[in-house]
Amino acid sequence: MPTTLSSRERERRATTGGGSRSAPAPLLVPALVGMLFLVVPLVGLLIRAPWGDAWTILHGSAAGEALRLSLWTSTTATAISLVIGVPLAWLLARTAVPGLRLVRALVTLPLVLPPVVGGVALLLAFGRSGFVGQYLDQWFGITLPFTPAAVVIAETFVAMPFLVVTVEGALRSADRGFEEAAATLGAGRMTVFRRVTLPLIGPSLAAGAVLCWARALGEFGATITFAGSFPGRTQTMPIAVYYALETDRDAAILLSLILLLVSVAVLVALRDSWLRTGSAAS
Amino acid sequence: MSDRGLAVDARVTRGTFTLDVAVRVEPGQVVAVLGPNGAGKSTLLSAVAGLTPVSAGRILLDGQVLDDAESGAFLDAPHRPVGFVFQNYRLFPHLSVRDNVAFSPRARGAGRSQSRAAAEQWLDRLGLAELSDRRPSDLSGGQAQRVALARALAGEPTLLLLDEPLSALDARTRLDVQAELRRHLSSFAGPSLVVTHDPLEALLLADRLMVLEDGRVVQEGTPAEVARRPATEYVAKLVGLNLYTGTADGDEVRLDGGGTFVVPDHGEHGAVLVALRPSAVVVSPHRPDTSSVRNTWPATISGLTMLTDRVRIDLDGEPSAVVDVTPAAVAELGLRPGDRVYLSAKATEIEVYLQTGAAARDR
Repeated sequence: MPTTLSSRERERRATTGGGSRSAPAPLLVPALVGMLFLVVPLVGLLIRAPWGDAWTILHGSAAGEALRLSLWTSTTATAISLVIGVPLAWLLARTAVPGLRLVRALVTLPLVLPPVVGGVALLLAFGRSGFVGQYLDQWFGITLPFTPAAVVIAETFVAMPFLVVTVEGALRSADRGFEEAAATLGAGRMTVFRRVTLPLIGPSLAAGAVLCWARALGEFGATITFAGSFPGRTQTMPIAVYYALETDRDAAILLSLILLLVSVAVLVALRDSWLRTGSAAS
Repeated sequence: MSDRGLAVDARVTRGTFTLDVAVRVEPGQVVAVLGPNGAGKSTLLSAVAGLTPVSAGRILLDGQVLDDAESGAFLDAPHRPVGFVFQNYRLFPHLSVRDNVAFSPRARGAGRSQSRAAAEQWLDRLGLAELSDRRPSDLSGGQAQRVALARALAGEPTLLLLDEPLSALDARTRLDVQAELRRHLSSFAGPSLVVTHDPLEALLLADRLMVLEDGRVVQEGTPAEVARRPATEYVAKLVGLNLYTGTADGDEVRLDGGGTFVVPDHGEHGAVLVALRPSAVVVSPHRPDTSSVRNTWPATISGLTMLTDRVRIDLDGEPSAVVDVTPAAVAELGLRPGDRVYLSAKATEIEVYLQTGAAARDR
């Protein structure tokens, strides 16, 4: 049955080579519902935000403290992840030790593990009577749980795998030819790693670090289990939001908005190196 | 024989592929390694550079052991005095041209400013000074090739390895760079190995040729020798000759594929190779009756290809042959695929020589 095509539509189809742009209803309706479901709650956050009092709320309440704590702990967790996670990724990508597949599975487990379980596990290991924690306590007098250090540990535990997985993928897909070239030019393995390998995976490294930092910033379950919720000491932003919802709704909304802003910023930062290709291409 | 230069007598195994090669390159000499894809050319360079260990035999440079499978001695790649120009150059994309060239002096222990000064010197010598601050991605193919050479030379190597140094260049740039590369190679004091699949490149750059096929050396010699007396079908194709195997008996060679040639009698007997230039064969529509031409045989045209200034005709017969004629001749004789014609070649145009090397062992 013939239909009518406007001249503009004719031109569009001619230049893009595409067919009809309209979607059939059985696909269109659920798609719209899905979109609204994801967008509406965020709109709610924007509508209810106490824009006028934002400054006073952030300064007057515990919100400012939570923000500061969250920023420095997640940044520290990211730094630790870089120092130990990048070599780990290199090991996973570049060596052929037997049992490496098992190691890889264990290392990436925190990606899918419910964070609360991670928190319980940390408590059992590094808690005062934990199988590592008891010696830390006896020999060095160090108690980790319910301290800012515990926050950093919980965040690192949950977030580091994101960095490891991203960097490992980049190392696997990186062109080994450059490393060979560096070797023929007289560079030992550490020099090759420092001056060739790392710079070449730079974009993926940055993407992995941002992803890791964002995950650490949003960490809730493992942190509250292992570090508790002491305002100013271990109460991070997500935890503060959760408690503020009962006592100071405006502060909760404002803190949520800040986290939302950070997330949007992360998306923008990752747009090129991570989201578009789906993998970390350098 | 002195122990100066490069001496390789080794087997390299990579998966199911085995390279078995013995070659010597004297200081100042340029040896081109020629062969089809997968012949083991790059594997050879990789073994000499220390990127792939040999599985048997050894590699020596100026008497120093680089790799010895028997004793287990192995000098790893960073410690070999080798300059390697890779196919596609592998210039570090994150470093400027200057830092690319300074990489080797720096990695070999020189300070930052000292390395940069050395780099500037090499860039100057190769006429690249004004490119110092550029990134490799901003270089043309010819420039990248020169920078890659500068980077390899900046490590003050005693041995140069070049893997398809000109293959990434377009035809016009290639001629310029070729002449320049030839100059640099001839001023290099140590031995050089150049891998290529382009026979012309090999002829122009090298003092000696080594032809690899299927991981084995099938021919070695000066460019003139190889061009005149190809040892295998592949080499004959490269240098554009008809090549036949046959059995010689005085002034007659019975060809393995059918047919007989009358040749100048040099006293060869037994298995020989027969080379015939495509331009030395005359095509006539009827059997020629000149008595001076000893070899005349019928053949059928199976194809015609226009080359730059002549037409190459493929002919089926005993023996089959490719023949080059002028476009005018094709028009005058009215040659078409399927036509039956007569071919003739003077006995003196036919090159007969004994089969040697690996090619002979195969048969």
